[in-house]
Amino acid sequence: MEGNLNALTTIFTEFYYWVTIVMMFLIHVGFCTYEVGVSRRRNHLKTLMKNAMAIPLVTVTFYFFGWWIYFGFPNGPGMVPGGLAAAPFAEPWNPLMATHLSGVSPGETGVTPTEAALWHRLNGVFWGAFLLFSITTASIISGSIIERARSGAFWIVAVLIGSVLWILDASWGWHPQGWMVKLWGYHDAYASGVVHAIAGGAALAFLIVLGPRIGKFRPDGTARDIPPHNVWLVTIGLFLIYTGFWGFYAACNIPLISPATIAGQITGDTWTATNIYLAPTTLSAITFNFLMSLSGGMMAGYIVSKGDPFWTFSMGLCGVISASAGNDLYHPIQAMLIGAIVPSICYKLHYFVERRFKIDDAVGAVAVHGYGGFLGVVVAGFMLWGQPSSPYEGFAHINPLGNFAGAVLMFALGFIPTFVVCKILNSMNLLRVPAKVELEGVDFALNHAFEASVREVGSAEKAMIK
Amino acid sequence: MSTNGMESWAVDLKDVGAIYPFQGSEVLMVIIGLVFWIGWHVLQTRHENAEIEADMAADRSGDETREAIDRY
Repeated sequence: MEGNLNALTTIFTEFYYWVTIVMMFLIHVGFCTYEVGVSRRRNHLKTLMKNAMAIPLVTVTFYFFGWWIYFGFPNGPGMVPGGLAAAPFAEPWNPLMATHLSGVSPGETGVTPTEAALWHRLNGVFWGAFLLFSITTASIISGSIIERARSGAFWIVAVLIGSVLWILDASWGWHPQGWMVKLWGYHDAYASGVVHAIAGGAALAFLIVLGPRIGKFRPDGTARDIPPHNVWLVTIGLFLIYTGFWGFYAACNIPLISPATIAGQITGDTWTATNIYLAPTTLSAITFNFLMSLSGGMMAGYIVSKGDPFWTFSMGLCGVISASAGNDLYHPIQAMLIGAIVPSICYKLHYFVERRFKIDDAVGAVAVHGYGGFLGVVVAGFMLWGQPSSPYEGFAHINPLGNFAGAVLMFALGFIPTFVVCKILNSMNLLRVPAKVELEGVDFALNHAFEASVREVGSAEKAMIK
Repeated sequence: MSTNGMESWAVDLKDVGAIYPFQGSEVLMVIIGLVFWIGWHVLQTRHENAEIEADMAADRSGDETREAIDRY
């Protein structure tokens, strides 16, 4: 009986994560739609392909090393004892990283019966769910740099952020045994910092080295507006991102687990859903808070931007991001207010940074994800002050300093390595297209071939008219 | 003869582990996969360089560029 219950729980968990993966794919449909809508006609195709190809590139590299990084580094660079953690089931050559049943075949190496029983149904779906976070982290940068960045440069940075940096910070601060959780009481349940702040930091670094689009700033230094080519497409894209975000939230939870399996301080036999730290929450709680923080962001966005669709939708997203760090524990009205106030600050910051530092962020990703994520983690430190960060004994409690330090670390972990890599790419002329190509449009060759084909086939057809 | 060692499903599943073909060649497959990934970046960079070179040589008059800008 117990065996069947365990099997049922495992298969339910497998199916649960599988569904979140499918839902999260909508985030990328949304990102592609959104970016193409923002870009001008002469840049559509490259804009689409730049974002779309992040999907396979981050996927294969996340298979080769990203998944292993998550399990290998929870102890950080010597922050807590234990060094590099062993995670054979996440190594790309391990049989559990492939089609595997619950046992161990005769002669099979690298797999123990215990690992096989636990991971044979969960490894692929956990990997897939984390992978979709990885691709999201990379995609966040993509929109900022449209119309002048070389696709190849972005793809290198996409692998860096998607398969190395974010998953390293997740190992530190988004893992039941992560050193930031243990020592600092870092709490970031739905990834305000570990996904959004780090991606915003990386986007800002890329933009600083890349420079603005031609024509973005007037000779006196004031900014020109470069309106989206298709506002409808932009808003549909953001709607799709909202929809995929539901999967993102669900994937941050463990859907069903017993206190005995957690093996922490929780007493009794009541099974529960938990956040990533294995601390109790419910899907119902995050449904309240997701929708209320989204609504707070959209309502504030509508007022602050005077009804601008681009910013109203973007601030809805920023509302969710800014409440995400604590949305497992907030009251819905708290989520709504955080979701309204933080995006309003981010909106102002976007234009301040644009004016003061001449940063041309085509989609406002640094504001929505970077500042929104950063401030969301900081706010959670105050709002959840003194609450347990973990069900395990000896972990620091949630506190403002721990979350502030964590937010700084997340932003910097995205910013510094990306800045260095972009500098190197720039020195090799691999970061930005030449000015002539930027003016022609990065699709120039593709459009030329398209028009030539249209003319040729049109001529052939017209010649057949009697 | 079977590429994954399974000749029949008349087995107890608790005794079955990996069921993909050519077990034992995982390290080789990882190496091939890494070469495929790095090679893709190399080929893509060459392709992108060639395309930029062609774009730089095109539209000397600037007329097509002006048309493209007007189309927004």
